Amino acid sequence: MTAPLHDTPADADPTADISVTPSGETRAVEGRSLGRIAWNRLKKDKLALTGGIVVVFLVLVAIFAPLIVDAFGHPPDDFHEDQIDPLLSTPVGSWGGINSHFLLGVEPVNGRDVFSRIVYGARISLLVGFLAAVFAVLVGTVLGVIAGYFGGWLDAIISRVMDMLLSFPQLLFIIALISVVPNQLFGLNGTGVRLLVMILVIGFFGWPYVGRIVRGQTLSLREREYVEAARSLGAGRGYILFRELLPNLIAPITVYMTLMIPTNILTEAALSFLGAGVKPPTASWGQMLSTAIATYQSDPMFMIIPGLAIFITVMAFNLFGDGVRDAFDPKGSR
Amino acid sequence: MLAYLIRRFFAAIVMLLIVMLVTFGIFFLIPKWTGVDPATMYVGKQSDAAALEAVREKLGLGDPIFVQLFDFVKGILAGRDYTGGGSTIHCDAPCFGYSFRNEQAIWPVLKERFPVTLSLVIGAAILWVIFGVLTGVVSALKRGSLWDRFSMTVALAGVSLPIYFTGLLSLAIFTYGLHWIDGQYVSFSDSPGGWFSGLLLPWITLAFLQAAMYARLTRATMLEVMGEDYVRTARAKGLSESTVIGKHAMRSTMAPILTVLGMDIGALIGGAILTETTYSIPGLGQAVLRAIGERDLPVILGVTLITSAAVIFANLVVDLLYAVIDPRVRLA
Repeated sequence: MTAPLHDTPADADPTADISVTPSGETRAVEGRSLGRIAWNRLKKDKLALTGGIVVVFLVLVAIFAPLIVDAFGHPPDDFHEDQIDPLLSTPVGSWGGINSHFLLGVEPVNGRDVFSRIVYGARISLLVGFLAAVFAVLVGTVLGVIAGYFGGWLDAIISRVMDMLLSFPQLLFIIALISVVPNQLFGLNGTGVRLLVMILVIGFFGWPYVGRIVRGQTLSLREREYVEAARSLGAGRGYILFRELLPNLIAPITVYMTLMIPTNILTEAALSFLGAGVKPPTASWGQMLSTAIATYQSDPMFMIIPGLAIFITVMAFNLFGDGVRDAFDPKGSR
Repeated sequence: MLAYLIRRFFAAIVMLLIVMLVTFGIFFLIPKWTGVDPATMYVGKQSDAAALEAVREKLGLGDPIFVQLFDFVKGILAGRDYTGGGSTIHCDAPCFGYSFRNEQAIWPVLKERFPVTLSLVIGAAILWVIFGVLTGVVSALKRGSLWDRFSMTVALAGVSLPIYFTGLLSLAIFTYGLHWIDGQYVSFSDSPGGWFSGLLLPWITLAFLQAAMYARLTRATMLEVMGEDYVRTARAKGLSESTVIGKHAMRSTMAPILTVLGMDIGALIGGAILTETTYSIPGLGQAVLRAIGERDLPVILGVTLITSAAVIFANLVVDLLYAVIDPRVRLA
């Protein structure tokens, strides 16, 4: 008898806000928006939270790259031949030349600071990953809502196009598109053009994934009673789309966007690895790996470090994205 | 059933035509809009005006766009002649373009390299389907167990690892470190044993990454299916657990996996470029990579076309298998 009696208050204690609810239940329930519920769930998911913290850290690194490199590294394009063994052209010392001056060692042959290049590489990865996802989400949401809400021939065309794009060999088409783009475009040149093209092209092949989800959601939301109610009260098309439908699409869109960023980062790294992404001397992780192919047998560290950078970044985004998805899942526990 | 098959078949044909148009658009229209002279993409950077003019004439770049499109399609179906600069080059029937840089037609290159890529992808697919689906099913049935959590963590790591990193790591460890496997690719006709051992490492690495995704997908689908009413009914009528899982649950679990498999095999035939670069396998991807470096556009064009055709074919096969697995499709 004593045990259950003892258990109940212990159970209730950590969730003190629930014990308050009987007194003002309606107010407590009304006050919690979907975003609030999701946030509360996310806070309890340790793996997702770890992923989120790593993501925030990486974003800060990317933003403050020049300051960080000033403090802990050397300019990313400077050569340090004194760190290179003239006979083997590998870094002096063990572990790829890691020492107190070069935190992650130096690049074989020319001796550029790997730490600085990793920090600057984060900028390229995150920029392309994020902006391509934004582009895909914008296009996907607009076209998905149009297809789902208006139906008919518009839906037929948009759905066909989405199916088609999904079955294209994407990487090849991205490479093909990049290979016909000139070096100067819209007043940008070199790295700027490459980045812009990568963002647009990766986003272009990403929107059907968002579009499909949004279309499906819109189709089912359109028939809900509250939309019906708004319509019968004389709400215009714009009001229904932006005030009734769109707020309910935010959750799936957020989830898709967080899960899309890591995929985009992998694509960007792959393109740079293949020489179709940003060109040297601009540092990117994929391109570092491609340089490492020539030297990894004698200097494996220069291959392992950018590889780990990609892995950690993508894994962090995936953990965080999975957590966000579970948090927004209406069928989820708690 | 027959109506379904015919519909799918026609959809595939239409898709093939669209892909041809899009590819043509990328290589002939976009340069026009962005103001790049397409001829420079056929002869490389360091070429004189006469060579450029000859290429322009051979490709008919001055012709109206529809004439160019017609020539392009006609080349694929019936072959074509490139005339200009005082010489004529004949390109035989499936003419997927002609590399003026290397003075060879693209089709023989594709024909030689396609089986290499295909053997890479199919071998890996066999491995990843077996291991991915098995892992996923076991995880779903023993949900929350240590095995489930372990394999799902490994799977999540697997989805986050790029092949060009794990590939290089595997080479560094197993080929150059431990000397277990010789990493060289040998063609099957030269030595079947060498071919197998050369592809073993790429197969395993590629399959590991893909298996991770399949394990996650299988687990999720299986969990959903096991909650369905018909599974409960099957149990209620006294079927053994192995029959319920093996015959009833697996059938619906396999349907989405097949769809993804079709897409993945297709995507990988194009995406094998990363694996091929990492392991120096002379497949289609490697040809593209060399072409990027040399700015040899016809090669990129040809590979894009042929892999698109492969993707469409893979999806068609999946649609047919769907009919076998899912009675709703078969009877509709």
